[in-house]
Amino acid sequence: MTGFVTPKLEYVALLPMLIIFAGAIIGVLVEAFAKQSLRKFIHSLLTPTTLLLALFQVFANKDLVTTNAAINSVVIDGPVIIAQGTILILTLISLLFILDVDSFAPEASALPGSEEERKALAIGKQQTEIFPLLLFSVAGMMLFPAANDLITLFIALEVLSLPLYLMAGLSRRRRLFSQESAMKYFLLGAYSSAFFIFGAAFLYGYSGSIQFSQIRSAVVGSSGNDVLLLIGIVFLSVGLLFKVGAVPFHAWTPDVYQGAPTPITGFMAAVTKVAAFLAVLRIFYTVLDGAIWQWRPLLTAVAILTMVVGSVVALVQRDVKRMLAYSSIAHAGFLLTGVIAFNKAGLESSLFYLLAYGIATLGAFGIITLIQDSQGEVTDLNRWAGLGKKSPAIASAFAFFLLTFAGIPLTSGFIGKFSIFSAAYESGNIAVVVVGVLTSALAAFFYIRVIVLMFFTDAKDATVTVTLPTLRSSIAVWGTAFLTLILGVLPNSTLSFIENLAIFTR
Amino acid sequence: MNPYVPIIAVGAIGFGFGLISLAAGALTGPKRYNRAKLEAYECGIEPSPQAQGGGRFPIKYFLTAMLFIIFDIEIVFLYPWAVTFDQLGVFGLIEMALFILTVFVAYVYVWRRGGLEWD
Repeated sequence: MTGFVTPKLEYVALLPMLIIFAGAIIGVLVEAFAKQSLRKFIHSLLTPTTLLLALFQVFANKDLVTTNAAINSVVIDGPVIIAQGTILILTLISLLFILDVDSFAPEASALPGSEEERKALAIGKQQTEIFPLLLFSVAGMMLFPAANDLITLFIALEVLSLPLYLMAGLSRRRRLFSQESAMKYFLLGAYSSAFFIFGAAFLYGYSGSIQFSQIRSAVVGSSGNDVLLLIGIVFLSVGLLFKVGAVPFHAWTPDVYQGAPTPITGFMAAVTKVAAFLAVLRIFYTVLDGAIWQWRPLLTAVAILTMVVGSVVALVQRDVKRMLAYSSIAHAGFLLTGVIAFNKAGLESSLFYLLAYGIATLGAFGIITLIQDSQGEVTDLNRWAGLGKKSPAIASAFAFFLLTFAGIPLTSGFIGKFSIFSAAYESGNIAVVVVGVLTSALAAFFYIRVIVLMFFTDAKDATVTVTLPTLRSSIAVWGTAFLTLILGVLPNSTLSFIENLAIFTR
Repeated sequence: MNPYVPIIAVGAIGFGFGLISLAAGALTGPKRYNRAKLEAYECGIEPSPQAQGGGRFPIKYFLTAMLFIIFDIEIVFLYPWAVTFDQLGVFGLIEMALFILTVFVAYVYVWRRGGLEWD
């Protein structure tokens, strides 16, 4: 019998994730012991502090030579550092909206208008469990791109998903709708996890190892049964593409994005995409690179379908959140062209695109939380008419984010789209680039339609107002707009920062 | 002999046993139905009446079951640790202490939030 050896854990490399986990556990203890009235205050200090500490540690780890930590189950390389930094920055921004906007049900299990609901409101109960849940989810997202074997990848996927399922059902307004979306998300997510683990089992059967490096050498040497490899690739891709929201695994996206509390929708759209895409990039760039001729046609079809369906269906949406959900599907398609490119430029441009898209998405969903009437948020597009006259500043910011999504020059979206399409062009995947450019033009139509609606249509509804609860929302809205502009006008320092770090280790 | 043959044989015997027992019971047993026999079995207590007011039902059993899972998972990791205790030494002790502490946080949360109160 072989002996067990004490494993060596590279604590410094793992520290950012450990900090977040520790913060989340302290958050649970706060929920258990702190007085009801104090909880939100404590969380409002604890959560940002945890995120900032982790962010600081990520940047301190920047110059770390690439490390395999925890017996090769986690790898910390350049793209992981960038992804973790991006995840933490985006979470900090979305935290500003989560803290500010009162869009969570105090007693989520209570039916609206029931006795429990009245009691909870009477004692001034607030939803505070969202903060530890958020931190757990962030920890999973930070681990997801860093996973270096299939088991760690799966654990990270579950750690990031489970809190999201819960958070999607916590909306204060339209409670049943929100709960329905959480249920849909959970059931479909569990189903896709099953596909994922099934694919992982096939890859293990093919290569005899769960380690990425050994799966890679098995693929390169094509030593095993190719049928197992192909089934493994397909099923693993299904699990990953579900998280990304690519067609034909996108059906949950509009329902969940519409039903979830809007700050959480922003968080899901921006931050989950970073984690999921980095994992997709790692798998296809470093693990399955030997099987590129098998997966590239598959992903090309998925990318083209995703771009077309996302852009076309978004045209007919009457709800702002649903429209942005379909827009996020289209963006998933654009990001998949970076995976198909399969070169260093593809990786770099994907990382930049994720940062730029994430910031603009948070800003756009943040603004939706501010457009309210007496019943809460207004998401019906018709009632947004004439918003530009009521509040020119906020409407301009929203228009700016829409132009970013459309990829108009001088916004970060343009730089992102340009670099990701040129990476795909360089690699010779012309078809995907042509479809990408055409659907971008198509998508620009519905973004501009909203701008026209806001600025050149008379207001029909006087009850709709723009509310800025506190300074935090203003900082978040203008901060994201400013960052989007900076990334569009002066992208060079960010691009070169990414260029220096973005090398996967195998 | 193929090593899978005994496994298939055991599977076939197990399946056959279930099938034969059910068939024998159905064919030879008396069929006298009464009210208690037709009720759903819920851990030996009377089945809950229809949920009142909006379809809500008590989740007491559910909470207990979830609580059980916390300790279930803990035991899953305690056994291998007990087996390799000598080889892992102080490292194993510290890591397991951290792990148990983390699990305990979940338990404390349930306790403080009233998950252990039956009514």
